[in-house]
Amino acid sequence: MAAPVLALNGVSKSFGAVAALRDVHLELRAGEAHGLVGENGAGKSTVVKVLAGVHPPDSGTVVLDGKPLALSGPADARAAGIAVIYQEPTLFPDLSIAENIFMGRQPMRSLRRIDTAQMRSRSAELFARLGVQLDPDRPARGLSIADQQLVEIAKAISLDARVLVMDEPTAALSGVEVERLFAVVRSLRDAGAAVLFISHRFDEVFALCQRITVMRDGHWVSTDPADRLTIADVVRRMVGREVSQLFPKEATRRGEPRLEVRGLTSRSFTDVSFTVHGGEIVALAGLVGAGRSEVSRAVFGVDRYDSGEVVVDGRKLPRGDAAAAIRAGLALVPEDRRQQGLIMELSVERNATLPRRWSLTRAGLLFGGAERRAADRWAQRLQVKAARLTDPVDTLSGGNQQKLVLAKWLATAPKVLIVDEPTRGIDIGTKAEVHRLLSRLAADGVAVLMVSSELPEVLGMADRVLVMHEGRLVADIPRDRADEESVMRAATGQAARS
Amino acid sequence: MTMVQTPPDAATTRGTRLARRAFVVRELGIAIALIVLVVVTFAVNPRFLSAQSIKDLLLGATILAILAIGQTVVVITRNVDLSVGSILGLAAFATGALFEASPGLPIPVMILVGLAFGAACGIVNGGLIAAARVPALVVTLGTLYVFRGLDYMWATGRQINAADMPAGFLKMGTATVAGVPVLTLFAVVVLVVVGYFLRNYRSGRELYAIGSDPAAARLSGIPTGRRVFAAFVVSGALAGLAGVLHAARFGTIDANVGLGDELNVVAAVVVGGVAIFGGSGSVYGAVLGAVLLTTIGAALPVLGINPFWQNAAVGALILAAIGLDRALSARVGRNLQERKAHV
Repeated sequence: MAAPVLALNGVSKSFGAVAALRDVHLELRAGEAHGLVGENGAGKSTVVKVLAGVHPPDSGTVVLDGKPLALSGPADARAAGIAVIYQEPTLFPDLSIAENIFMGRQPMRSLRRIDTAQMRSRSAELFARLGVQLDPDRPARGLSIADQQLVEIAKAISLDARVLVMDEPTAALSGVEVERLFAVVRSLRDAGAAVLFISHRFDEVFALCQRITVMRDGHWVSTDPADRLTIADVVRRMVGREVSQLFPKEATRRGEPRLEVRGLTSRSFTDVSFTVHGGEIVALAGLVGAGRSEVSRAVFGVDRYDSGEVVVDGRKLPRGDAAAAIRAGLALVPEDRRQQGLIMELSVERNATLPRRWSLTRAGLLFGGAERRAADRWAQRLQVKAARLTDPVDTLSGGNQQKLVLAKWLATAPKVLIVDEPTRGIDIGTKAEVHRLLSRLAADGVAVLMVSSELPEVLGMADRVLVMHEGRLVADIPRDRADEESVMRAATGQAARS
Repeated sequence: MTMVQTPPDAATTRGTRLARRAFVVRELGIAIALIVLVVVTFAVNPRFLSAQSIKDLLLGATILAILAIGQTVVVITRNVDLSVGSILGLAAFATGALFEASPGLPIPVMILVGLAFGAACGIVNGGLIAAARVPALVVTLGTLYVFRGLDYMWATGRQINAADMPAGFLKMGTATVAGVPVLTLFAVVVLVVVGYFLRNYRSGRELYAIGSDPAAARLSGIPTGRRVFAAFVVSGALAGLAGVLHAARFGTIDANVGLGDELNVVAAVVVGGVAIFGGSGSVYGAVLGAVLLTTIGAALPVLGINPFWQNAAVGALILAAIGLDRALSARVGRNLQERKAHV
C-alpha cells in the first residue's frame, strides 16, 4: 500500500483537565476512504480539529507526505491541501451561497477584483456535480441543515484537496443526497484523494470506507480493513470497557407517575411520549443531535413545542412557561453549565440561591445572612470545594461547578429533576459523587430524567433507558435488558430498521 | 411575473428574488423617504430647493456622510467606533494648529496629514481591541473621552479663527463645481472607492463574513484580527479627513468640534440599513441615511415644525429602520424556508 499522505503520530490534546486525545495514531492513504468511529466524546471531532489546524496538538505530530507539518491555523491546513467539513455547518448567513463557497479564495479578474460571474458559474458546476439544485446567488440564511451541509460539501470539493475530512456530513441528509455525496467522494477518492469519514451510521461507513479506525475515550483502539470487520465487532470495540462499580445505584421503590409526556412534537423531535415515576431514574440516550436536549428543554418549558402535553403529578403544564414548570416542582440542570446553568461572575452563594431567592426574602429584601446560610448548608451537603463562598464561580473546577448547579436546583426541593449530561467534563471522583447524589434523590422519591451520552453512566444509573434516534423515541429498555449493544443499536437506528 | 405557474422549485427562485430585492429594498426605502420629504417640503416652500439651500444641504450632509462610511466599515464587522466625533475634533484642531505654525502648507498635504492623524487614532482603537480583547464598544467609549481630553488639553480653551488659516483652504470649504460643493466631491470619491472595495475585493467581502459569523470566519482561515484592526484604521482615517473638511468649512475651531457626532453617525448608519450586528448593509445606504438625517434637520423649520422635534423624528426613523429590517428578514426567511417543503 502507498505511503500515508497524512498521518497523526502520537497526538495528544487536553482541554483544561480533560484529556480529549491520548497518543492517537492515524494514517490516511491516497486513494482510500478511512472510516473513524467511536462513541460521543471519544475524540473524533478533536481529531478533525487537529487536522484542520484549529487545535494545535499538545504533543505528537501531524505528518504530511512524510514531513512534519506545523499548522498554526485553518488557513495553513487549507494551504496544505486539507479540506474539512465540520459537524456543524459554518456558513455566513448574510452572504450568498457562492460567496460562502469561495470565501477567502474567490476567483479574481484584473486588478485583483473578485470575478463574480466566474464564482457563480463555478458554484453552479459544483452543484451540478453534486446533483442538487441550489441558487448560488441566494443568501445562506434560511437554508435547511441538509442544504447547508451540501454547501459545505461543495466548498470542500471546490478546494481540489488531497485530503478530505468529513465529520458526520450525512447526519442531516436524505438517502438520495447521501448517495450523490458518496458518488462524488468515491470519484475524488479514485482520483487519488485521501478521505477521512466520520459517521455514526455504520452501514455508510462500511459502504464507503476501506479501513476503519475505532476510538474510545480519546484513545486509538484499532485500525482494520473494513472487509475483515462486522458491525458487531465495531460496536464492541467502541463501547468495550467494563461497566465499573462507579455507579452506586440504590434499589428504589417505583412510586406514582410524576412526569408524563404525551406526543410531544416540535421542529427537532416528533411524537415523544414517556412517563417517569417517583423514585425512578430514567435515562434518555441517543447520539448527539438525536434531539435529547431539545426534549428536556421543551419539557421544562424553556423551548416551545408544537403539540403534545407535559403533565406533572396529574396537572398539565402550560406550554413554554419555565416559571410554571418550576412552581410545579420541575428542575432542569442544563447541559452547558457555563452558559445556561451558572452566572460565572457572581459568587458561589449568589448562584446557589438564585432560583429560590424569593423564598429567602423578608419584606421583599434579600438579606445576605439568609443567603449565606442557605448556600452554606447545600455546599456542605454536596461537598462543593470552594475557597470561600463569596468567590466568583469561574474560579471553581468543572466538577465543583456542576455540583453547584445541582445544589442550586436541589435547594428548590424538586419533584422532578431533569439533568442534561450531568457529568460531562468532570473527573472520575466527582462523577461518583454526582451519581451518588442522583441515586439518593431517586430514593427520596424524586423522578429523575437523565440525558446522557455516556453509555456506562446510562447503564449504571438508569432504571429504564429511553433511546432517541433522529428526533424519535425508538426504544424503551428496562434495566435488566439494557446493555451497550442494545442501546447502541437503537441509537444508531439499527433497531428501528431491523 | 410567473406567479401563476409554480414549477417544483418556484419557491427557490421566488425566495431568492425576494432576498435579492431585500438588499435593494433597504436602500430604496430610504431613498423613497428622502424623496417624499423633499417633495413635501418643496410643496410647502419652493425655496427649499433653491441652489443655495441645496448647497447648504449637501455641505451639511458631507461630513456626516464621510463619518458614516467609516462607521459602516466597522459596523459590518460586528463592531462599533464611538470615538469618531473625538477624532474629528482632534483632527480639526490639528489642522488649525498646523496652519497657524506653517501657513504655506499645501492643501493636499494637509489632507494627507488629516488622514494620517485619524489613522493613528484608529490604530490606537484597533490595537487596544486586539490586545485587550475587550468589546469595541467599551474601548472606543474610552478613547472617545481620551481623545476629547487630549483635544481640551491641546486647545486650553483657545479658539482658532478663520484669520489663522490660508484663504485658499477656506475657499475650498465654500467653492462649488457645477453647483456641487467641493467638499461633497470628497465624500463622493470616498463613497465610490469604499463601496467598490467592499463589493469587489476579497478583504472587503471578508469584513462581511467576519460580521456575519465570527467563529465561521476564523474556521475559514480569515485573519479576523487583522481585518477588524484595518476597519478601525479606515474609520479613524476617514474621521481625520472629516476633521480637515470641517476646518475648511467652518473656519473656526475650538475643542468642542464634533462633540456628540458619534451618535448621529451611528444613527445614520442604522437608518441606512446597515445591520448593527454586522454582516449586511452598504455604504450607499449609510450615506443615504446621513443625507436623510441632515434633510430632516433642514426641512423641519421650513415645514413650520418646531426643530425640537428633530430628535424625536430621528429616533422614530431609527425604530422604523430596525422594524423594517426585522420584517424583511422574517419575510425573506419564511420564503427561503418554503423550499424545504418541496424536497
